[in-house]
Amino acid sequence: MTAQSSIMTTTAQLAARIPNGAKIAVPPDYSGCAMTVVAHLMRRPVRDLHVVAVPQAGFQVDQLIGAGCVARVEAAAVTLGEFGLAPRFTAALKAGTIEILDATCPALQAGLQASEKGIPFMPLRGIIGSDLLRVRPDWKVINNPIAEDGQHDPIVVLPAIRPDIALFHAAKADRAGNVWIGVRRELMLMAHASKQAFVTVDEIVDDNLLHDPALAAGTIPALYIHAIALAPNGAAPVGLAGHYAPDRKALKAYADAAKTDEGFTKWQRHMLAIALEPA
Amino acid sequence: MTDMQVRPAEIMIAAIAPMLQDLSHVAVGAQSPIPGSAALLARHRSGGRLRVSILGSQKHNPFTDGGRELFDCAGQGRIDAFFLSGGQIDGGANVNLVGVGDIANYPRADQRFPGSFGSSYLYFVIPRVILFREEHTPRTLVKTVDFISAPGTSSPDVYRPGGPYALVTSLCVFTFDKKRARFTLKSLHPGVSKADVRAATGFDYDESADVPQTELFSREDLTVLRTTIASEVAETYPGFAARLWNV
Repeated sequence: MTAQSSIMTTTAQLAARIPNGAKIAVPPDYSGCAMTVVAHLMRRPVRDLHVVAVPQAGFQVDQLIGAGCVARVEAAAVTLGEFGLAPRFTAALKAGTIEILDATCPALQAGLQASEKGIPFMPLRGIIGSDLLRVRPDWKVINNPIAEDGQHDPIVVLPAIRPDIALFHAAKADRAGNVWIGVRRELMLMAHASKQAFVTVDEIVDDNLLHDPALAAGTIPALYIHAIALAPNGAAPVGLAGHYAPDRKALKAYADAAKTDEGFTKWQRHMLAIALEPA
Repeated sequence: MTDMQVRPAEIMIAAIAPMLQDLSHVAVGAQSPIPGSAALLARHRSGGRLRVSILGSQKHNPFTDGGRELFDCAGQGRIDAFFLSGGQIDGGANVNLVGVGDIANYPRADQRFPGSFGSSYLYFVIPRVILFREEHTPRTLVKTVDFISAPGTSSPDVYRPGGPYALVTSLCVFTFDKKRARFTLKSLHPGVSKADVRAATGFDYDESADVPQTELFSREDLTVLRTTIASEVAETYPGFAARLWNV
């Protein structure tokens, strides 16, 4: 079996390779969510995921929480945006069934950047005096070691964030396993920082993406990619910026249904029946 | 002319736009339609000289290095103004985006908000952060926030080129004095009295004997806002533009 053929898989097999307890990095709703894989994970259901939102979570993560897949969310925010608060997240926090690691956007990005570089931590300005420092004992304040002698210059250092798996959806990949993401470079960061990257794509093209300089700059090399599954329209209903819009009707239906446990259960049954046809 | 009657959201836009005059680069969050409208209007008034970066916009978002670029850009001092809202804002300009209730019970808050977003960082590095909150009640403008997502002021040894500049609500405009860590009532929106603001505000603040009315739009500005700017706003904030201007 060649290397590239082992990368190509199905959404079902890709989802099966995400074990219980995995630490997975996921993008915000506008940046390419692998919603077909999320549906497989909900049907199984996978358990005890540690979800790292890069840097905020929405519909994708709220659904996983509702289906009982998540033990811990690390995020700068969890929200359905103009559709309101994330109802399953809010309910689970209240019930004490999930743990939240509150963060701020650049802290998550900095933690992932530390992993990109293979270093243990990254310093970041700001944060000092915020209650985030109180609820995040893993974030430390040190004195700037480069400061001039005797100068007190406190600065926060954030531990490297090293997810087991980056999971996202992109417009296209080639047969060599390169994935085109355009300007959505938080996906590049996620892939670099994670041990493995699992990707679904709308289309698989014949020409090598790295051979076209205009495309190569927005392409994650196959070096960082461990699984690719074809999933046309795979970011629906949250949409893929520049390719297809969010399905506002479907998102509204979810936001309404997920307000109650019963509503969510009913929504989930219906969604899984449509999203996952029998193999 | 009743069609030239200024609407409440437009008063907030009118209050914010002049604060952006003479700046080089203003950034706006994905869920900030009122500041976004003010920034686009200020850009129009500047003859296009003001750079406006709106997250979530295809047209007004220049960033090509992913979600982190805004923060890196701000950290270098390349962004002059930004906007923050909060579930709670207190008299020291501390902002709470996490939740309400006994902090000892964190994270099981009585009411959970989405989270701190970029506030814990941007509040420190962007010189002119304008706070905005339409709902002006003792519930939102409180004496002390239950959770500090981002502090209003810092001790002198903390690196902090940025911080709060003003607070704009549906009733009035406050300015913020960093040295005294205190708000001052700067102007009242039409039809609002000093007593109205006092009754609706949970924190103490300063006010002079004569507080002027918030300066409103010229007829020309209002027309520009409702035509040129409204259609630009609709690209990023379609729901807001449809509700306010029917575009």
